[in-house]
Amino acid sequence: MKKNYIQDIERALYDVRDADKSIYKSDAGLTEEIIRDISARKNDPPWMLEFRLKSLEVYKKISLPTWGPDISALNMDEIVTYVKPNAKQVDDWSQVPDEIKKTFDRLGIPEAEKKSLAGVGAQYDSEVVYHSIQKRLTDLGVVYTDMETALVEHEDIVREYFMTLVPPKDHKFAALHGAVWSGGSFVYVPAGVDVKIPLQSYFRLNAAGAGQFEHTLIIVEPNAKLHFIEGCSAPRYNVTNLHAGCVELFVKEGARLRYSTIENWSRNMMNLNTKRALVEKNALVEWVSGSFGSHVSMLYPCSVLHGEGARAEFTGVTFAGKGQNLDTGAIVIHAAPKTSANINTRTISKSGGAATYRSAVKVTKNAPFAKCSVNCESLMLDDKSRSDTLPVMDIEGDEADIGHEAKIGRISEEAVFYLMARGISEEEARAMIVRGFVEPIAKELPLEYAVEMNNLINLELEGQL
Amino acid sequence: MLEIKNLHAAAGDKEILRGVNLSVGRGEVHVILGPNGSGKSTLMNVILGHPKYQITGGEIFFDGEDLTALKTFERARRGIFLSFQNPEEIPGITVENMLRTAKQSVTGEKIKILQFHKELLALMKDLQISAEYANRYMNVGFSGGEKKRNEILQLLTLQPKLALLDETDSGLDVDAVEIVSAGVAKFHNEKNSCIIITHNAQILKHLPVNRAHIFLNGRIVRSGGAELVGEVSEKGYAPFEVES
Repeated sequence: MKKNYIQDIERALYDVRDADKSIYKSDAGLTEEIIRDISARKNDPPWMLEFRLKSLEVYKKISLPTWGPDISALNMDEIVTYVKPNAKQVDDWSQVPDEIKKTFDRLGIPEAEKKSLAGVGAQYDSEVVYHSIQKRLTDLGVVYTDMETALVEHEDIVREYFMTLVPPKDHKFAALHGAVWSGGSFVYVPAGVDVKIPLQSYFRLNAAGAGQFEHTLIIVEPNAKLHFIEGCSAPRYNVTNLHAGCVELFVKEGARLRYSTIENWSRNMMNLNTKRALVEKNALVEWVSGSFGSHVSMLYPCSVLHGEGARAEFTGVTFAGKGQNLDTGAIVIHAAPKTSANINTRTISKSGGAATYRSAVKVTKNAPFAKCSVNCESLMLDDKSRSDTLPVMDIEGDEADIGHEAKIGRISEEAVFYLMARGISEEEARAMIVRGFVEPIAKELPLEYAVEMNNLINLELEGQL
Repeated sequence: MLEIKNLHAAAGDKEILRGVNLSVGRGEVHVILGPNGSGKSTLMNVILGHPKYQITGGEIFFDGEDLTALKTFERARRGIFLSFQNPEEIPGITVENMLRTAKQSVTGEKIKILQFHKELLALMKDLQISAEYANRYMNVGFSGGEKKRNEILQLLTLQPKLALLDETDSGLDVDAVEIVSAGVAKFHNEKNSCIIITHNAQILKHLPVNRAHIFLNGRIVRSGGAELVGEVSEKGYAPFEVES
């Protein structure tokens, strides 16, 4: 029998690990002493230390989620929560230490900055090592900086918004995040400003057995526009790493925010990330989300449609290979009249990987005339792989217009034959079909990531046994 | 060009082709007539090596080469084309992208994108397919008639040596059959050959039919000239049942 397979995602690029030259690492585990220590090293204002300690209390009280993938491999007593790289934050790549710069060079970040980005932030382990933004934007009042700087320069804004949308009591990892967060991005776009070129942050976790807990806080004031891109990766180690980031997006009246993330963590990563957007009257949030890496992912970006006519578009692709269990999806809460949402996802599983699509759509009593359409499609490339679809809908509002379409399938052998009958080789035919399957998503990705994803879907044909 | 000798084929335990003999020369047009379920489509699929069917006996030669050892795409690259009775819908692959990939595969040459685009649009115009269809996903949401015209578009783009047309005219209205028929006539010349499965003489209007074959119960029971087409439309297949 011939056997076709789609190659595992080419990880060589991401798996180059640098020697650990961090200048400080917190002890493993989580105690009040460690939190105080992190806070002191980060020069937190007193209210932030208090926030961290309260979060720790909450963390201790909440138990792990009892649903979803098995995360029992995660032992918090072994995770190092804070790793300070041996680098100060600079705004010139030539001042970034060579080894760290090389890593970002390999990932193509400085190159992309020259070509197509208006601002870049690069985080290495727990701290941001590079940050830049075009002067044109700062002149317009746009702020794009790391969270620590924001805490000093825009303390009042941070204090007003920080973890109000994702409160620590939300779930165990939100509480953990509140206690140990470090690094991340802060973006503020003043009313009416259109940031035409995207801003991009890249998160790289190098240290083994560490956690990354970056916080992203984006505020887009009324009628402003922003596209923000986030990329993440880490080399592979044999110990479990943890990513429990938190993203809070505030999209004010009439504003538009497109938030694109490509996550390509290594296969020892537990990716337990929380992302949420608060969308006001006639505003729009667009999520574009690619999940390719990690051992386990639980990721369900949530849009709270809070103002009348608020809209959310969610576009996601998940690719689970050998040893991966990726549980991804989206949440939409319709909390005001005439709000609308579209969820459109594709998941692929192969070589024994498990991919689950999980979503929740809630229409509250206060949200008459809500409109929501969900389209989730899954493709399993072999018999060993798993795919599940778990959509939940809870509709209380009147006159709701809700549509749902789910498909789980395999590559159609008739379609392969059709393409081969046109002279296209079998492996190319299969690759074309898989690329076609994710095409509606791929075309929404930032170009360099779309190219990368197409390269990932690279088919090979095994000879006859 | 095509030599089929005593061909037997089955789908699992079920024998469908039961000793087909057919010889098609260069430049010839052959018509295969037969009732539904007689195995005509199976014959087309077996010529291209559909994995659903196993050859249990006999031979297929194309330009002197034994086809049975070749994979489907290798047969297509030798110059065999099948216009499908029910063309597949393939989401995410545009008509233009698919055809460019196919043309490149068949010719083995790098295609000039702009020139290809121009040529494609000209062919689409001939077939009365609106230009936007070049960017639509392969057959997705196409009407029956649009799918069939899209098959002929592929035929004209790929310029095979042998075209197998499996009921390309069925389910089409009179005007659409005329467009398809003109398309096939445009394709045909003295260097290539056609095998046309049809229930309808209209598609043959612009084509010089060399031979017609009556196909019953998995084989050809009678071969003759174009006059057989008229005979079938008048009397149906009953008179040939005896011969099978």
